[in-house]
Amino acid sequence: MATIKYKGEVFSVKVNETVLDTLLNNGIAVKNSCRSGVCQSCVLKAEKGSLTEKSQQGLKDTLKTQGYFLSCMSYPENDLEIVSSTELQIPVTIIDKKMLNSDVLYIKLKYEKDFSFYAGQFINLIRNDGLTRSYSIASLPSEKSIDLHIRILPSGQMSNWLSSNASLGEKLYIEGPIGDCFYSGDKKEQPLLMVGTGTGLAPLYGILCDALGQNHQGEIHLFHGALNFSGLYLIKELFLLAEKYSNFYYYPSVLKNEIEEVNQLNQLNQEVKVGAIDKLVFQTIKKMKGWRAFLCGNPELVYSLKKQLFLAGVSLKEIYADAFLPSAK
Amino acid sequence: MSSIYEQIGGKPAVDMAVENFYRKVLTDERICHFFDDIDMEKQMAKQAGFLTMVLGGPNSYSGKDMRQGHQHLLSKGLNDSHVDAVIELLAQTLRELNIPQEVVQQIANVAESTRNDVLSR
Repeated sequence: MATIKYKGEVFSVKVNETVLDTLLNNGIAVKNSCRSGVCQSCVLKAEKGSLTEKSQQGLKDTLKTQGYFLSCMSYPENDLEIVSSTELQIPVTIIDKKMLNSDVLYIKLKYEKDFSFYAGQFINLIRNDGLTRSYSIASLPSEKSIDLHIRILPSGQMSNWLSSNASLGEKLYIEGPIGDCFYSGDKKEQPLLMVGTGTGLAPLYGILCDALGQNHQGEIHLFHGALNFSGLYLIKELFLLAEKYSNFYYYPSVLKNEIEEVNQLNQLNQEVKVGAIDKLVFQTIKKMKGWRAFLCGNPELVYSLKKQLFLAGVSLKEIYADAFLPSAK
Repeated sequence: MSSIYEQIGGKPAVDMAVENFYRKVLTDERICHFFDDIDMEKQMAKQAGFLTMVLGGPNSYSGKDMRQGHQHLLSKGLNDSHVDAVIELLAQTLRELNIPQEVVQQIANVAESTRNDVLSR
């Protein structure tokens, strides 16, 4: 049976237990969120002992060689000596905060030391007590700050704290950036499809601004879906961008069209589509061979659309998917 | 003499064959239900390794998990007819890429040789 040494204590790893399980079961607080090997918030560093390939999957090479690993994916085969990964954390300050609609909070973070990222990647936001959640970056590196769109969930610890308690000037930490969902700028003529639900718009908005700013030539089609009209946001901004850039098309869509919302739609003088977003995509765009796609938000939609696009002829390596997994607790 | 792998166009050709093959597999009513919750990237990387190997390209293919990898599908009714379907679709994909019939046959034979492992026999 493998053991792990952490802060001077030694724990036995039981059968089918991960390093994260072992530490949590022994009352050690380790920040974690998705417990699926995706969010990277449970990263720890092994100073002694060898790591399995699976426990380092998705980490940057520079982190791998230093012994960082995902504790939720680590079923150790030998004894490990591990330390926390606090040196990867970057201090940030909340410098702006407002509601984008009734349940999406916008916050702007200023980082206190160098931080390089692409719009569309995600970071882990860490509160002083270790509470950690992943959010996508909606702003560009040139802005020297990080914009996040945070969906306020009924029992969301981080989102409710951010919306009700955190004030301007509040200090937090971030880790990252993580993920390959961003604009690479290598194929300027390639048509781009972006599909997001809810705050899946955050990375897409960042990627869109990046692509337009880099003078992308191919068509860009952005579908943003929500349950109903009040779930959409940045509508005016996106319609303005669609007016300004002839290669950019914006399709807000809702699953249900409620009568009291028709007035709001009329005021906008713009069309909001009604129906399932994946169907709208295929109704609107007939041929997608050779396209690149970015899919963000609801996991079911992201996985299903990924498959549908692949079957429609989009190469799998041209599909960048960012499924927003719920946190484990 | 260059390998068949090089003759047909190397990695890009293999990648395209694998994508075309999976489009067929995922829409074939005989077998698509076995692929409902697979990780497509992983699955296609494995298939690319297999094809690269049989075409004589550089590879690190290890087929030793063929048996293990399909075991959970036996309870879902995996049998000879499904292996037949997979080999048929693979051959069809390769022919569509204008790969010579004798090479297609050669690849089908290698696929055939995994049948007993796939079916845990």
